[in-house]
Amino acid sequence: MLGGGTGGTLAANRLRRLLDAGSVEIVVVDGDDEHLYQPGLLFVPFGLARPAGLVRPRREQFRPGVLFRCAAVDRVDLEADRVWLSDGSSLAYDVLVVATGARLVPEETEGLTGPGWMEKVFTFYSLEGAVGLQAALSRFAGGRLVVGVVDMPIKCPVAPLEFCFLADWYFRRRKMRDRVELTFVTPLDGAFTKAVCNRELSGLLDDKGVSLVTEFNTGEVDGQAGRLTSFDGREVGFDLAVMIPLHGGQAYVDRSPGLGDALGFVPADERTLQSKAKPNVFVIGDAADIPASKAGSVAHFEGEILVRNIVRYLAGEPLDAAFDGHTNCFIESGFGKALLIDFNYDTEPVTGRFPGRVGLPLLRQSRLNHLGKLAFAWLYWHVLLPGRQIPAVPSQMPTAGKRLHAANGATSPPENREAR
Amino acid sequence: MPTATYAGTEVTVNDDGFFTDPAQWTEDMAPQIARQESIAELTDRHWQVIKFMRHEYETKGTGPTVRVLGKTSGVSIKELYQLFPKGPAKIAAKIAGIPKPRGCI
Repeated sequence: MLGGGTGGTLAANRLRRLLDAGSVEIVVVDGDDEHLYQPGLLFVPFGLARPAGLVRPRREQFRPGVLFRCAAVDRVDLEADRVWLSDGSSLAYDVLVVATGARLVPEETEGLTGPGWMEKVFTFYSLEGAVGLQAALSRFAGGRLVVGVVDMPIKCPVAPLEFCFLADWYFRRRKMRDRVELTFVTPLDGAFTKAVCNRELSGLLDDKGVSLVTEFNTGEVDGQAGRLTSFDGREVGFDLAVMIPLHGGQAYVDRSPGLGDALGFVPADERTLQSKAKPNVFVIGDAADIPASKAGSVAHFEGEILVRNIVRYLAGEPLDAAFDGHTNCFIESGFGKALLIDFNYDTEPVTGRFPGRVGLPLLRQSRLNHLGKLAFAWLYWHVLLPGRQIPAVPSQMPTAGKRLHAANGATSPPENREAR
Repeated sequence: MPTATYAGTEVTVNDDGFFTDPAQWTEDMAPQIARQESIAELTDRHWQVIKFMRHEYETKGTGPTVRVLGKTSGVSIKELYQLFPKGPAKIAAKIAGIPKPRGCI
């Protein structure tokens, strides 16, 4: 198991429960022993989360019988079924799971890490950045605050919008909202890609006085001059920029012939999670190149299907094409409220309730969703990572409480997927 | 389904003008589609990108994004925008007769 983050940890724990220790040895490899609760990063800049409270030792998250090896991966030799570590040692495997997530590559954007980086230009997608941004926000006296997504894919595509909503709340609370101009800059043609969701979220940006700049592909960031320039020559000025840098896979993927794509993500079957590189290699979470969001909920829902398929693979049985792209995100909207969206490959986010007719309201601001988001941190450490199911939340997307007619386009409920 | 006529042949396109059946595309249609997109003349560099788009679509089932084009086509993102100012991935896909590259979510 390469990677001891959300996907790697929950998959190792689920596998350990399914397979007895005499038959299978499970080794998790990660370059450090710090498991970061990434959903908490959003709250750090606003003083709503304590940085130290977001990190726990990786090795303490595993069930007995899962071995943890703290070492960086140098490369995978697909031919030899062997992983080479940077200390020169190697591990042979029968099955490999790639769970090493996505990596921020801010240096791929001209000027982003140049003058002004961590002074006027920040990201909250790393702990260091989120902490730096907290200080910068607290001394911000007013002016133009720009939240910019350089390009997709990114982890948690709603987080930049949540940042805008929380920034509006933060400056209102500090009684200086009238002195702050908030702008959201995105390469997409709307606030969000999916129709019903886009309408709701664009409306919310509008309500909160956040300007929206679309189809802006950031080519250059000039921290000194305070200016984003798009590849097609448009400019957006800023006094403080919160950038979501380009994402890529881990560097070892590029050093492993045949494993990854041009961005270092690992192509996999979107239903079975088996890699396209080789049958005994599987992928979970952000590391995968599949048409699902890069989000912890996706890794959680993938977990059940991934381990089932590993067990089937080891037994020589056909794989279960059961992953439906299920994604579930709380969207913090400020003032103690949040929205909830729940969707999959075939069904876009719609209104209704989750997980059934009685449940949390979908695509609508509510206090209940905010409490759900806060409760999620506890669930993460105590239910998700140990590899348990969240009660009443199935891996495959529930349709019972959804108003499916509200969406445009293909909204037929997902058919029952049989192994193919 | 809307249609368009390029190089004397009728083809089916979607509402945004992207080919719905890439097999209907031929190279002699490209200059006319390009002119519709305000590209007066297709240079060798344009063709390098168009042929790359076709190849990627045929092997992967979807056209590459601008970022992947910049990494793999041999043409930098800056130059891609000079060649296709209104958006390289979208416009090059349209001229190459393949569907609009799948957006990331």
